[in-house]
Amino acid sequence: MSVLIFVDQTENHIKKASYEVLTYGAQVAKQMGTTAEALVLGTVNDDLASLGKYGITKVHQVANESLNHVDSQLYAKVIAEAVTASGANVLIFSHNQTGKAVAARVAARLKAGIVTGACALPDTSNGFVVRKTVFSGKAYANVSINSPVKIISLNPNSYQTVAGQGTAEVSALNVPLDASKVKVTAVNKVSGEVPLTEADVVVSGGRGLKGPENWGVLLDLAKELHAATACSRPVGDAHWRPHHEHVGQTGVQVAPNLYIALGISGAIQHLAGVNRSKVIVVINKDPEAPFFKAADYGIVGDLFEVVPKLTEEIRKMKASA
Amino acid sequence: MKILVCISKTPDTTSKIAFTDGNKKFDEAGVQWIINPYDEWYSLVRAIELKEKDASVTIHLVTVGGADCDPIIRKALALGGDEAIRVNADSTDSYFIAAQIADVAKKGGYDLIFTGKEAIDYNGSSIGGMVAELVDAPYISLATLFELNGTTATITREIEGGEEVAEVSLPVVVSCQKGVAEQRIPNMRGIMAARTKPLQVVEPVAADNLTSVVNFELPPAKAGVKLVDADNVAELVRLLHEEAKVI
Ligand SMILES: Cc1cc2nc3c(=O)[nH]c(=O)nc-3n(C[C@H](O)[C@H](O)[C@H](O)COP(=O)(O)OP(=O)(O)OC[C@H]3O[C@@H](n4cnc5c(N)ncnc54)[C@H](O)[C@@H]3O)c2cc1C
Repeated sequence: MSVLIFVDQTENHIKKASYEVLTYGAQVAKQMGTTAEALVLGTVNDDLASLGKYGITKVHQVANESLNHVDSQLYAKVIAEAVTASGANVLIFSHNQTGKAVAARVAARLKAGIVTGACALPDTSNGFVVRKTVFSGKAYANVSINSPVKIISLNPNSYQTVAGQGTAEVSALNVPLDASKVKVTAVNKVSGEVPLTEADVVVSGGRGLKGPENWGVLLDLAKELHAATACSRPVGDAHWRPHHEHVGQTGVQVAPNLYIALGISGAIQHLAGVNRSKVIVVINKDPEAPFFKAADYGIVGDLFEVVPKLTEEIRKMKASA
Repeated sequence: MKILVCISKTPDTTSKIAFTDGNKKFDEAGVQWIINPYDEWYSLVRAIELKEKDASVTIHLVTVGGADCDPIIRKALALGGDEAIRVNADSTDSYFIAAQIADVAKKGGYDLIFTGKEAIDYNGSSIGGMVAELVDAPYISLATLFELNGTTATITREIEGGEEVAEVSLPVVVSCQKGVAEQRIPNMRGIMAARTKPLQVVEPVAADNLTSVVNFELPPAKAGVKLVDADNVAELVRLLHEEAKVI
């Protein structure tokens, strides 16, 4: 019995979301009176023994370069082998792009019940019940997993990462690999920008910005805050901004610490993608805009006047800090 | 060339979310049902586009659910599916649902299986991956572009902070999202034709339910917005720094 945490990597580095699931998984293990172990696929340059800081006792690594790209079919086989080899009865993923590609596949392979989009620690007092977001963040469901092996895929940004002291034992795991049926021909990373789903701060613009040529005020603010940029659906549809920035029910769902909405009305479908943000700030010239009802802080005013001032005040605050 | 498109019935995006039966059931009162937008706008429309390019393509739709799904399936047929299969079972467990779809998929021998990136009610993002595993096919998740050249698909998918382009030989399972296609409106001819298209109802195969919903909860209401005067932006910065501690 143990908890196994899948550690996601990109370009040979462990992703931020992985530290979150490591902390979470270690807590699940503690709660169940067992150990937390980690699984790393592919080659990474980070010091794996240092994952002990997150409460991990052992790191299993399949250091094969062919696993540096995520092929869900290969991954599912390898992860399922690792679950068997380590005797894990709980397996944890981040519900990020990799988790969405792989976790459910592993579940089907192991015939393990899965809860995706989990947002809290499981309740193990009577069975194994995991809370997840449903209806695009408008509600929660408490779901019982009834199979011997249980899989949780945790929503990014829903558990506080904590690093302490400790060193993990690192051990190589040998799993025979099939040839991949997926040939990756290109990887296009949006360089120099903060990935939207990993960002602590998101600055988002709507139709109130009136046109792509006006995005400068938003970008200045985002730069000052090291924020990722996002937009409402009509903005993506009109190609004012690339469509991967579109957040909402039919776009990306984000849960940053701070979401700043500029010139967005706050339609229910938009809110569905941002309502898990810890703090929402709305700047809109219409005091009746529905977004204010979902906001923590707001300014009723013309964004073209307010936003440059906001950027300036943040700059001042940082300079004096 | 045979394409299987997974269709799920979801509440309209503006539906009021409430629960009944001691918070154990979704309150369906007054709810309008739609085809899950990802299934309709992206997977189904892309399948239709492939058929428009190559008349030898047939599109089958599959859904797992009760007779209340039939209007949704008819609408999907009106958009352009050729035939539909409804597995007559009610479940919230993704493994059970995937096992049903995988069974249909194996019997039908499809070259391409499309799902939406997730259902907007349960937000599982699980069915595509599970079906792929059960039929032992590659799975490309969160696709934003899908091109077909003979029996090779070129698929762009979302990864963290960017996209990845990959080539894969059919058969393949793909979960679709924005970018793959554009929403369409069914026309009168389609609606008329849909009435007579075959909708086959089959009974479920044996499969375990590995999870069950204990209950639902609504999030606590927000405390209410703190408004700051537009002439006092510094105050907002102070609040975000000192009170909310987010900057
Ligand atoms: C099935 C379905 C799914 C959908 N999915 C999504 C989704 O995923 N994401 C999404 O965003 N939308 C989605 N929508 C669309 C959604 O309903 C809204 O139409 C959309 O979010 C509105 O975008 P907006 O707020 O940018 O524009 P608008 O609603 O036009 O709002 C613009 C806002 O800017 C304000 N404004 C204008 N000028 C200024 C100024 N100078 N200063 C300050 N404020 C100003 C206005 O007061 C207004 O509130 C979906 C719709 C449907 C039917």
